Amino acid sequence: MPEARVIPLRPDDDDPYVPPASAPGWEEQLAGGLDFVRRRLTGEYETDEFGFDPDLTDHVLLPLLRPLFSRWFRVESQGLSNVPSTGGALVVANHSGTLPIDSLMTTVALHDQHPAQRRLRLLGADLVFDLPFIGSMSRKMGTTLACNEDAERLLTDGELVGVFPEGFKGIGKPFRERYTLQRFGRGGFVTAALRTGVPIIPCAIVGAEEIYPMIGNAKTAARLLGLPYFPITPTFPLLGPLGMVPLPSKWLIAFGEPIETASYGPAAAEDPMLVFNLTDQVRETIQHSLYQLLLQRRSVFG
Amino acid sequence: MPPSVVLVTGVSRWLGGALAAELAADPSIERVIGVDTVPPAPAMLRRLGRTEFVRADIRNPLIGKVIGAASVDTVVHMNISSTPATAGGRGPMKELNVIGTMQLLAACQRAPSVRRFVLKSTSAVYGASSRDPAVFTEAMQARAVPAGGFAKDSLDIEGYVRAFRRRRPEVDVAVLRFTNFIGPRIDSLLTGFFRMPVVPTALGYDARVQLLHEDDALAVLTRATTGDFVGTVNVGGEGTLLLSQAIRRLGRVEVPLPSPALGSVGRLSRRFGFVDYSPEQMRFLNFGRVVDTTVLRTEFGYTPRYTTEAALIDYARTVPPVVSPRLVDAVTTRLRSAVERVGDTADAVGAKLRPAPPAPGLRAVRDA
Repeated sequence: MPEARVIPLRPDDDDPYVPPASAPGWEEQLAGGLDFVRRRLTGEYETDEFGFDPDLTDHVLLPLLRPLFSRWFRVESQGLSNVPSTGGALVVANHSGTLPIDSLMTTVALHDQHPAQRRLRLLGADLVFDLPFIGSMSRKMGTTLACNEDAERLLTDGELVGVFPEGFKGIGKPFRERYTLQRFGRGGFVTAALRTGVPIIPCAIVGAEEIYPMIGNAKTAARLLGLPYFPITPTFPLLGPLGMVPLPSKWLIAFGEPIETASYGPAAAEDPMLVFNLTDQVRETIQHSLYQLLLQRRSVFG
Repeated sequence: MPPSVVLVTGVSRWLGGALAAELAADPSIERVIGVDTVPPAPAMLRRLGRTEFVRADIRNPLIGKVIGAASVDTVVHMNISSTPATAGGRGPMKELNVIGTMQLLAACQRAPSVRRFVLKSTSAVYGASSRDPAVFTEAMQARAVPAGGFAKDSLDIEGYVRAFRRRRPEVDVAVLRFTNFIGPRIDSLLTGFFRMPVVPTALGYDARVQLLHEDDALAVLTRATTGDFVGTVNVGGEGTLLLSQAIRRLGRVEVPLPSPALGSVGRLSRRFGFVDYSPEQMRFLNFGRVVDTTVLRTEFGYTPRYTTEAALIDYARTVPPVVSPRLVDAVTTRLRSAVERVGDTADAVGAKLRPAPPAPGLRAVRDA
């Protein structure tokens, strides 16, 4: 008996049936992992002159940070459209949290949630690069030394550069001073933006202040270890390594309207008054948007 | 105006000898005089061709007589030792580097015939520390001034050369700051380092290295000698590698050691004359150094033929890998196919146990 001919009953104007895309199976993931191991063993991956290793960042470092980003801190980002999809730009953010977790979360936000998957090239203090492991890992993640030479080179190459002008003053401030911006360095970031003519994107991060509430600073221990501060939090060093677990605060990261600098021209970098004014403008913008975000957040851990 | 009488110091080493041979092959150059404290090896001597070899110590005022008698017009100073091992200890090394340069410059200052001076310097003058910018241009200076060793010597030498330029402003001075040399024939710090099957590195640090192939180094030196470039230029291949990456690409085994242990390994290996791990070399292994080569490509007018990566590949031809990439490939391919087989079996079993729901082919027909 001949088989009956199947006549599709779908009307022409209907969408064709698309089977739901399945997540890559475990064997594909394992095969991908093996590929990665082979590349790592034979050294066949690219690194740039700053020591940035995209292969390692994409396959190891970012996947490690993602659970922290989405589950632990439940980071919500706003205003990602203010970050250009191509070309150089300088993201300037407030710094807090005893350990620079805020820089890592901003990196994840821009890579995972920005439509152009932008890589944030951070600028770090020289102490970071002095430390074994942390220094070399930071370079592999794309961080470089916070100096005008490096910042301008990255911006000229069309990279998105992230900077925290408060530095140790911001990250190591006591908990009672949370969400009050410290002095914005000497305005070096503004001169870098002016010389390269890239926009400055003010970025406000809420939530990082509560991860390690610093209630004290053991200055003697800090001096002995050669650190800028030695934090005492309700759990550290009381609970030992357990005190290193950050508190699961709710995070909001807001990228503000870009502040355009190209119209001033590169020579404007030599005008200290303009540099001071722009620095203040950026600082005020971030402070203002911090207050707004704090009003938006229902509770610290909400 | 091309040079007619060229004096090259340090011809017994590979690069100096190769430059002298290259210049000797150029018929427009009248005489090539090679100077070194030790006579070149027989193979090198054959290559040198019509180069006249003078066994002289540049630390000795005799060098002035050589320059005066031959009315040398171009001096290429390459007799700078980078490791104490080749010079016979740190003391003689410093003596050769600093006092030798001073003597040579003093002789050049007295000789009216000299109109060009080429210095083979090094990017080590930029130092290596955590406070340095990632990429050095010629205008930058070391943030942490090198305290000793080869880098300090090189800084001193460049200082003396600057003083010479002030005293004899009509002499054209070219200072070439080379990055690390690599290649099948040259003998440099890194070639010795990478030749060890097990390479000790600093635990927790990874240096960025920029390499220059020996052929490019030779071409740049030749061009600097016969051309008219004046000033300071960084010479390095395009691109960088991490030290760990370079070690893996060469199929070596990296053994990261904590810095104190690395120090004792360094002392041990120095005693046995293997590879020199001086404190400054260790700092280099921690942080590395990259230079900007825009001036080389635009003003000097030379683009290295080998990138850092290509130079390493060319060098790798001469060092058989310990961990062969083919072995790694074979193992991962086999593991991969095993994984696929297991995956296929699991899929088949899964399909038997839980048949997939049929695609919805039939639907309610809309009213016409």
